[in-house]
Amino acid sequence: MPSTIVVKDVRKLYGETRAVDGVSFEVSEGEFLGILGPNGAGKTTTLEIIEGLRQADEGEVRVLGESPWPRNPNLLPRIGVQLQASSFFERLTAREQIRTWASLYGIAPKKADEMLDVVGLGDKANTPTEKLSGGQAQRLSIACALAHGPDLVFLDEPTSGLDPQARRNLWDLLRDINAEGRTVVLTTHYMDEAEILCDRVAIMDLGKILELGTPAALVRGLDAPTHVSVESGAIPEAEARRLFSDADVSDDGVSLTIATRAPAAVLSTLAERNALRGLSVRGATLEDVFLNLTGREYRDEQ
Amino acid sequence: MSNSLNSLSRAMALGFVRDKTALFFTILFPLMFLVLFGGIFKDQTAPRSEVVQIGQVSLLDRIPPAERSQLDQVLQLEKTDDRAAALEKVRKGDADAAVEEVGQTIVLHYAAADQVKSGTVRGLFDSLVQYGNLAAAGVTKPAYSLETQQVEDESLKTIQYVTPGLLGWAIATGAMFGAALTLVTWRQKKVLRRLRLAPVSTATIAGARVGVSIAIALVQMAIFIGVALIPYFGLRLSAYWWMAIPLVGAGTLAFLAIGLLAGSFAKTAEAASAIANLIVLPMAFLSGAFFPLQGAPGWLQTISKALPLRHLVDGMQAVMVRGEGPASVLPQIGILLAFAVVVSVIAVSLFRWDDA
Ligand SMILES: Nc1ncnc2c1ncn2[C@@H]1O[C@H](COP(=O)(O)OP(=O)(O)O)[C@@H](O)[C@H]1O
Ligand SMILES: [Mg+2]
Repeated sequence: MPSTIVVKDVRKLYGETRAVDGVSFEVSEGEFLGILGPNGAGKTTTLEIIEGLRQADEGEVRVLGESPWPRNPNLLPRIGVQLQASSFFERLTAREQIRTWASLYGIAPKKADEMLDVVGLGDKANTPTEKLSGGQAQRLSIACALAHGPDLVFLDEPTSGLDPQARRNLWDLLRDINAEGRTVVLTTHYMDEAEILCDRVAIMDLGKILELGTPAALVRGLDAPTHVSVESGAIPEAEARRLFSDADVSDDGVSLTIATRAPAAVLSTLAERNALRGLSVRGATLEDVFLNLTGREYRDEQ
Repeated sequence: MSNSLNSLSRAMALGFVRDKTALFFTILFPLMFLVLFGGIFKDQTAPRSEVVQIGQVSLLDRIPPAERSQLDQVLQLEKTDDRAAALEKVRKGDADAAVEEVGQTIVLHYAAADQVKSGTVRGLFDSLVQYGNLAAAGVTKPAYSLETQQVEDESLKTIQYVTPGLLGWAIATGAMFGAALTLVTWRQKKVLRRLRLAPVSTATIAGARVGVSIAIALVQMAIFIGVALIPYFGLRLSAYWWMAIPLVGAGTLAFLAIGLLAGSFAKTAEAASAIANLIVLPMAFLSGAFFPLQGAPGWLQTISKALPLRHLVDGMQAVMVRGEGPASVLPQIGILLAFAVVVSVIAVSLFRWDDA
């Protein structure tokens, strides 16, 4: 089966900045791909090159078998795009907004109104777009991208700046879109989002894709320690260091954390000493994958 | 495609009518000038002298009907037998003078308060007395005669002049700001980038803007003419006024093009407004939109010939108030369209979908 998206050795320079520095990957039909990386990693530039908004300096891009650059009228009706900054006509209500965008794709007003309900904005139909909250505006923006039922959907940081509840609601929506058989490419700088939503994740930093795979495979492939934490004082720090000499022990005054590659042994030792007060166990996450790949802590700039 | 054109036009039109600032500056603000100029200078031309005639004045009573109607254009005569009341009227300024016949003498009572008016009345009666003397001496065909005539087509009555001028200015402002601000805010708000990824042609986007701007210009025209026609302002349209409609269309295209050009340079809406104002205000003064250019030096007249607003205003004056024929404004329409084409070509070559 031919890939929905093929990206081969794409490069894009902005003066001295290597925004995209030799990126290659493929996305198959119906897949949910996440591009994960900190701000400035080159996610938006990569996405916009695939969408056909920017021209790559080097490399090749094929979308649904066609080249997106220059503006390709064959592709436009088949893709749905949510840009990083929401793009709305001024002084229109939510309903007028989605009806206008939908009509550009030949979609009837009724269908557009239904889409408004799908993203849960039915009761905000008469609200001016300028008065919508961040989450509502993001949902409207996604609704505008989906109204014409595109085969391929691009979403640039759809959940950034939302509160946890709004993010969760949006995740449900994105899962549904993908479940309908649409191919989704999403960028995010949230590790948990990529891990929960995506079939495969491309970890990007400084214009390069460092690793690409399913979240589970990325974490499994990582020889990262498991973090076992108990309440501070449950066991004296010195004793813990003596007991777990090949583990990394630290105490921040609230909890004592043992980073170990043999969590079972550590847990049974702690249990014997009745030192399991406030126990928590955290396995490796994509955060550790990032740390491992770059040697830098992953920090959200947001 | 026509679906896209309709919905984009609708989105633009709604964006315009919901923008209080835009509405104010394209419609209300120019209209305020019309009301101001039209109201203040309403009685500027052809002031008739109002004179009260006390009792019989043979000099006036004997004037034959033909000459009488001539006289009526400059003199409004009111007859009374109440001498005291007549003099009181003059004292209060309700009449310019009172006239009576005492024996062989014509006595003219006037107040010195308004020197211009009393001077006019005195001059008028001087010539009437001379005319009467000549007639009494048997000279029925005087060697010289004076005919008073208002030079309507050279110096228009204020409302006749300011309506096409201010309308031209309003249309130029509306079209320029409409184009410049749409381009800049759509680029800034990423609407243009998003449109680039939608199956809609640039011709459709441009077509929507042209349609909406022409509609706005015609609404401006209807409101301006409607207000100026109110008897208080007293605009009198000449026969071929409707030729102003194609003129307005051509003018809108020319100023849309200039607006697009301004919008290509400006990065923010504020900068776009500033650029548009810097262009349209001086142009309005130099084009005779606010006051006549007759007294202006030659070089200024030459400059103004290069400005599209000059041709729009000239053309509208010609067909709306000077009574010229429909074909007389074809050159102006041609110049405006040529201007629109040339500037559009430049603007399109500078067009950018986004800031970077
Ligand atoms: N239009 C542009 N002009 C110059 N530099 C740019 C431009 N767009 C992005 N960059 C730079 O390219 C790099 C990648 O940016 P971007 O693709 O927006 O990253 P991300 O979306 O991952 O935050 C950044 O260093 C950014 O500053
Ligand atoms: Mg980005």
